[in-house]
Amino acid sequence: MAHFPKPAAGSWTENWPELGTAPVNYEDSIDPEHYKLEQQAIFKKTWLNVGRVERLPKKGSYFTREMPSAGAGTSVIIVKDKQEVIRAFYNMCRHRGNKLVWSDYPGEEVSGTCRQFTCKYHAWRYSLEGDLTFVQQEGEFFDLDKANYGLVPVRCEVWEGFVFINFDNNAIPLAEYLGDFAKGLEGYPFHEMTEHYGYRSEINANWKLFIDAFVEFYHAPILHMKQAEKEEAEKLAKFGFEALAYDIKGDHSMVSSWGGMSPPKDLNMVKPIERILHSGLFGPWDRPDIKGILPDELPPAINPGRHKTWGTDSFEFFPNFTLLFWAPGWYLTYHYWPTAVDKHIFEADLYFVPPKNTRQRLSQELAAVTFKEYAFQDANTLEATQTQIGTRVVTDFPLCDQEILLRHLHKTAWDYVNAYTNNGDGSANGKAQEKTSEKDSVNV
Amino acid sequence: MSKLPEEFADLEQFTDWCLPTEEERYSKRLDSTMAEMQELYDAGMARLEDVMVYLDARFPLHEMPDDAKALMHLMQSVVMVSFPIEVWKQPRVLDSGASYIQLIKEPVV
Repeated sequence: MAHFPKPAAGSWTENWPELGTAPVNYEDSIDPEHYKLEQQAIFKKTWLNVGRVERLPKKGSYFTREMPSAGAGTSVIIVKDKQEVIRAFYNMCRHRGNKLVWSDYPGEEVSGTCRQFTCKYHAWRYSLEGDLTFVQQEGEFFDLDKANYGLVPVRCEVWEGFVFINFDNNAIPLAEYLGDFAKGLEGYPFHEMTEHYGYRSEINANWKLFIDAFVEFYHAPILHMKQAEKEEAEKLAKFGFEALAYDIKGDHSMVSSWGGMSPPKDLNMVKPIERILHSGLFGPWDRPDIKGILPDELPPAINPGRHKTWGTDSFEFFPNFTLLFWAPGWYLTYHYWPTAVDKHIFEADLYFVPPKNTRQRLSQELAAVTFKEYAFQDANTLEATQTQIGTRVVTDFPLCDQEILLRHLHKTAWDYVNAYTNNGDGSANGKAQEKTSEKDSVNV
Repeated sequence: MSKLPEEFADLEQFTDWCLPTEEERYSKRLDSTMAEMQELYDAGMARLEDVMVYLDARFPLHEMPDDAKALMHLMQSVVMVSFPIEVWKQPRVLDSGASYIQLIKEPVV
């Protein structure tokens, strides 16, 4: 029995008929050749979020990002230039290709502030705008015009303080790519939420499997059962999970959920430390004192049905950026960076309004600690899934209506791969081409 | 010499848990027995509310003297051990196997 109304089509999934209702094939998560196509078709062609503007507080602030998902060795410098424009460049000296910005270990990301970039090798220098400004013993070179040897730029645009890059110079503008969901989120007070906890993990599973795990909450009452008080856990498992709403706009999707734990209706539902610190998985119960987070102040994309029991909305911006809002006034992001067909780097970042006292600080501490405990359970389940689907004993898996966004994710990823192989700029791939007839509605 | 404000002398026996970073607290959790963490949890939970009242009446969050900071770090350890005690009944997250998640950026008090 449905506790929340579904679309007139009868189910969420059938509301988007192109998704189908048949079992889904997971070859896209175990075939190394398919992964290579995804790198070219997706990670070198879509807008990728590389962080927040708060990481670049002043002129000359920079950080580097290693981007193996777009090809082994790919490294990018993101910098705020003298005019305070945020730019991105490939992290490579134009002289003989040395990595330009790094310290101690070339493969590790770094950050800092500088007036210019100087190569460690022969001291070629570049301005914050990427121009080559100094060549050691310039007279020894032959017809070298410094104007032709600036750093190679990477497309870089900012949306609501989130910095994105795109390796495709022909990509559509970021705002257009992010579409209506992003437009409907504008105005959320991201800039007030600067108290930051960042997590990183190497996961032995395909990048899409972790997104699968986070775009359905069907698993929550079961996998995380032991984290709730016993009586409450039993109730949750019996009730199961139903979203308030799902929505899909082009490549991107969202799920809107209820959330009764913040604060709980009954204190006996929660653990003893939660009762003292007024906090838990859903975050601190007491809202911070800022504008823009009360139910009627939220931008239109959040809690679109304006449900009174609303607790959290999770937006999945293709390919690998999750933006998740919690009712009590904080948000988190996830990123999934594939490094092989069965490996990816998972990043999670929690953002709170800076606490004003120890009570608020400890309340956030409990939310952050709780987050990590849940993430551990989610992460380990993925490895267990990857090893089994990799055996191909079973190849197609039934997905329920609460798993609609998994269908959409895998279909969207396929659409990009198919468009890429159809355009003739990819190597031929039989499996990819077989499915093109039914999956050709993409806009790359 | 005491490390904590004298009002909290009863917690002095736990000052090896006065650790400023999550990495240190998590690592001590994994290296501790359940009995050790139960003692910290019982003592810390009984004083958690008092600590917040005491600190918030006296110091802004970012201007605490060393003894107050140590007390705050101790309470952060109480939060850390609450999961083994209240939930897992073991130091590690249940079924977490080989997975490892690292906190790489945190606001240290």
